[in-house]
Amino acid sequence: MSRQAKILEIVQSVAKKQVTPGSDESLFDSGLLDSFALPDLVSALEVEYHVRVPDSDLNPRKFDTIERIESYLEGLL
Amino acid sequence: MILVSSGSSPRVFPGPAAEIASRLGLSDTPALDLPLASAGSLVAMSLANDLAVARGPILVIGTEIMSRVIRREPVDPGVAILFGDGAGACLIHPGKGLAKVVDSRIATDGAFSGDLALSHGLNFTMNGRSIILQASRKLPRIIQQVLERQGLTSHRVSAFLMHQANQNLMDRVADALSVERSLFFSNIRRYGNTSSASMLIAAREWFETGSIPAGELVCFAAFGAGLQWGCLLAEVLG
Repeated sequence: MSRQAKILEIVQSVAKKQVTPGSDESLFDSGLLDSFALPDLVSALEVEYHVRVPDSDLNPRKFDTIERIESYLEGLL
Repeated sequence: MILVSSGSSPRVFPGPAAEIASRLGLSDTPALDLPLASAGSLVAMSLANDLAVARGPILVIGTEIMSRVIRREPVDPGVAILFGDGAGACLIHPGKGLAKVVDSRIATDGAFSGDLALSHGLNFTMNGRSIILQASRKLPRIIQQVLERQGLTSHRVSAFLMHQANQNLMDRVADALSVERSLFFSNIRRYGNTSSASMLIAAREWFETGSIPAGELVCFAAFGAGLQWGCLLAEVLG
């Protein structure tokens, strides 16, 4: 499974919705995420990829699309 | 001494502290403003606890007229509906009172200061996603830090009196601490978010709910613009 596919799986699991947005489509605008699902998504990514997202990186824009999440994680891994 | 927290004061300076002191008939008592908004009363309580030993009783006030803030044109109904007006106060006394401060911790992170702000002559700015994301991490963490410093766990706390910003946020903090959501006193459905006044109003209403046994622990916590956040642990006295 590609990293983008895995990220999408995590997003859908957190959102409890099977919506499949484009990789560059806003997860908020597509209705998958809201303000309160975002902290859960960050926590789920930390668990899945064994990383710790520092407070300074807790910027919603970093987690706005599948591509941005992938890009951010590549910087951490 | 009087410490007044208000993020909705109509004047740049002086803030409301001097006028409040005057209306209380005090003409030479230091009265200082903490224009921190949401977390202001928590910060003031923490500072007052440290200062009271040297300066004597300190009156902490949180007072907000949020309707003045949210009525600025163009009015955003989605934001306006969240807020309310209110005021609360407590006396931090170096002697005996309703409760004893066991420990407190306050913190500031200015990296996201633009995400919750009220600039002169401009509309209220709130990046809700950013604030919820930061608060969801920082609040449970600072509560844990204070409890751990005292060798305690969250299950030892009888009640959590949080800044009444958002019910979902309070539920999230409860879940992060693995305590029942019902332990987080909530009156937000009645008043909305009254910013720095909310935690003191909640505290007063919680104390009125019934006799609280001596020795019970109460955890105050707040998060807001700055970003400023903190936790204060108190023990109910008999």
